[in-house]
Amino acid sequence: MPGIKDRVAVAGVGATRFTEHYEKDQEDLLLEAVEEAVGDAGIERKDIQAMWVGVYYRFTGLSGTTVADATRLYGIPATRVENYCASGMDAFRNACFAVAAGVYDIVLACGVEKITDQGSRGLPNVLRDSIPPFMPPASAPALFAMAASRCFAQRGWTREDLARVAVKNHANGAKHPKAHFRREITMETAIEAPMIAWPLGRFDSCAVSDGAAAVIITRPEIAKTLNHKDDYVMVKANGLAVTSAHPMYDPGFDYQGFPATRFAAAQAYEEAGITEPARQISLAEVHDCFTITELLNYEDLGFCAPGEGAAFCEDGRASADGDLPVNPSGGLKSFGHPIGATGCRMIGEVTRQLQGRAEGVQVRDPELGLAHNLGGPGAVCSVTILGRD
Amino acid sequence: MAGIAAWGTTIPLWRLDRAMLGAAWDTPSLPGERAVAAGDQDSLTLGVEAALACVGNDASSVDAVFFATTTPPYAEKHGAATIAAVLDRHDVRTTDITGTLRAGTQALRAALDAVAAGARAALVVAADVRPAEPSTAAEQLFGDAAGALLVTRDGPVEVTGTASLAEDFTGPWRRTGDAFVQSFDAKSETEYGYARAVEEAATAALADAGIDPDAIARFAAYAPDPRTYATTAKRLGIAGARDTLFTTVGNLGAAHALVSLARALEEGNPGEHLLVAASGEGADALVLRIGAGARAPAFTVARQIGDKRMLPSYERYVRFRKLMPWTDPIVPGSTIRYWRDRAQALPLYGVRCTACGVVQFPANRACIACSTADKMDRIKLQRTGEVFTFTLDHLIAGEYLETPVPRAVVDLDGGGRIFMECTDCEPSEVAVGMQVELTFRLMHEAAGFRNYYWKARPRRDAGHQG
Repeated sequence: MPGIKDRVAVAGVGATRFTEHYEKDQEDLLLEAVEEAVGDAGIERKDIQAMWVGVYYRFTGLSGTTVADATRLYGIPATRVENYCASGMDAFRNACFAVAAGVYDIVLACGVEKITDQGSRGLPNVLRDSIPPFMPPASAPALFAMAASRCFAQRGWTREDLARVAVKNHANGAKHPKAHFRREITMETAIEAPMIAWPLGRFDSCAVSDGAAAVIITRPEIAKTLNHKDDYVMVKANGLAVTSAHPMYDPGFDYQGFPATRFAAAQAYEEAGITEPARQISLAEVHDCFTITELLNYEDLGFCAPGEGAAFCEDGRASADGDLPVNPSGGLKSFGHPIGATGCRMIGEVTRQLQGRAEGVQVRDPELGLAHNLGGPGAVCSVTILGRD
Repeated sequence: MAGIAAWGTTIPLWRLDRAMLGAAWDTPSLPGERAVAAGDQDSLTLGVEAALACVGNDASSVDAVFFATTTPPYAEKHGAATIAAVLDRHDVRTTDITGTLRAGTQALRAALDAVAAGARAALVVAADVRPAEPSTAAEQLFGDAAGALLVTRDGPVEVTGTASLAEDFTGPWRRTGDAFVQSFDAKSETEYGYARAVEEAATAALADAGIDPDAIARFAAYAPDPRTYATTAKRLGIAGARDTLFTTVGNLGAAHALVSLARALEEGNPGEHLLVAASGEGADALVLRIGAGARAPAFTVARQIGDKRMLPSYERYVRFRKLMPWTDPIVPGSTIRYWRDRAQALPLYGVRCTACGVVQFPANRACIACSTADKMDRIKLQRTGEVFTFTLDHLIAGEYLETPVPRAVVDLDGGGRIFMECTDCEPSEVAVGMQVELTFRLMHEAAGFRNYYWKARPRRDAGHQG
């Protein structure tokens, strides 16, 4: 298998601010992110030869027109990608593969979500199709909360362990110009917040935000002719793994981690030649949809041993000045999670970190960066490794 | 004549202190408390639970199911077929008897006829959740419950005499579309609607059985209120009759006579004669003699009266009975899926992979553990288990519960992992490792039909072992 390593370059990245964009619609947001990425790459919009857009909620349209209408780029391939909350990184993955296959020179991967237009509090109920009579409805926080309950019972983890993740990520996000929430919080604030789904409270959960993010992908030899000719970023690996959407019916699911992450990380690490992730990876943007998710991500991504996720955070290793900064951007905790946009935003964050231009949140001398996008009840995961050429 | 071989009852967990109703409306309070069906219970779910308590896991000999209630969940679509489906019975006659407070005794008489006509066993299920107008005496008096009887040719509780009569008498009544039970003059209702009819039917049934009233040890009868019950027993010449259901659970409507009979069987002795009666546009009366060998349920009426929880507020009752308008969450549903998945939703079948042995739910063609396809045996799942993990969901409410809704991953005894809502408990009680049992409930009203399914509640026998 030739794989993707060193065959594809990130030529430019862009993103809107992630917040409640009451005055903008999804096309406004998508165009804003695409224009920034196009400008960052030093190309024109019409140079894009094919497009992939990650979007989750069906109200936005079920097709590639989501991005074609936003960019007014008609007459070229445009594909809508949906893979739960990992839709954005899967759009990126598909775009990378098309370039690696040699079919296109310059393509666009992007994602958008306009959640505040959905007319609901929290994530809109996506169960618009009929559900089986034996399936109780449950909120997204509820599905991850069950991992926290299990870890509380099995490992003695507490709400304090969860709160440390929120405090860390909000401290980072306070410094990021595009974060939804730009203020630090205290342990007390996190712990005393209202419950969303026990044991997850408001600050254990990412917010409802709107946003869009875009990535311009090309071959390295073309990247050498564009804006970032001296500091373009290479795709070192991408893994994607899918497990059951119904872990709550799987007798083998232990609720102390997400196998989809372990599978995707194993794929990516093998391709990138990573054998000691905690030592080799300089920074990681991981899917902290809930605080419990980030703690378990540390373990699933091999940053620490199983069972040591809470200690990894408490010891400061994941902090901005730690030996493996996790979510230096502030993560989903600070940005919120416009579903389709998140994966591409993470690629942009890691890219700018590797280029040394992560304004306000730059980590020291990064060599390899990891982006981790998790979807569904931990059912779909994509892991991307980026590095300088 | 045929007789009763087994019985079972369901009294919901919740009680409302009548003093709380008096305080809510600034009206005099009746003594005691009333049983209240939870928001996810209706006459049919109560009836299903009583049926399961009566027949256990083997309903294979049941050839006829009668569902008796004045409060059927549907105006069109009967309940007996749902009971039969949960009992895993297909080649069976099903009949709903509704519209009268003597639906329970009418069903019992129909079951006796069915067995006389050749049915191996006939199941009678009577249940009611009667709507009472807020602030009225009926709101204080009514209670929710279900009773079930299994009638067989050689049932040890032999029916020795019967009588029925019909009469057009108005009260209590509820027109199609009325929200609450109506009544007019209490004295005319008790004296002419009830006492006269019951006395006439009872006298005829006693004559049919060939025994005198003073031979009757227990009087298991519907009555509008405890005073009318007592005066009727006295006028019939039945000494020492008493009915404490009124003060502990309430006037149980069409279920009252059957629940009262179940209690008489649980507390009576072989050889005793019982008189069962109910009125409603006439009256039914039956005389029974207790024999040895009938199967008593694990949870007696007395035990269920004792195993109660008091509702913390009148508002909780208002919520349960939907007495105020709420915006219901939209849960999509499909009658086609409900039909296709009926073996999983109602009798609770899962599958067991013959390649690796893993029991799983829902039924898959390919194994969740070893991915082998089409090597599955259908397996009836056990209705007890343990909470593997849980959450208290504040974001998406159950349609019939306040938030937070406890939702749990449950490992069933004997295999199978299942995701369910918890009910009949405070959210704070739910914990990893909690022992639960499955209870038949209304989950939501997707697409305008009632999606019945199972929920988990704390195992009732667990507390009695310690």
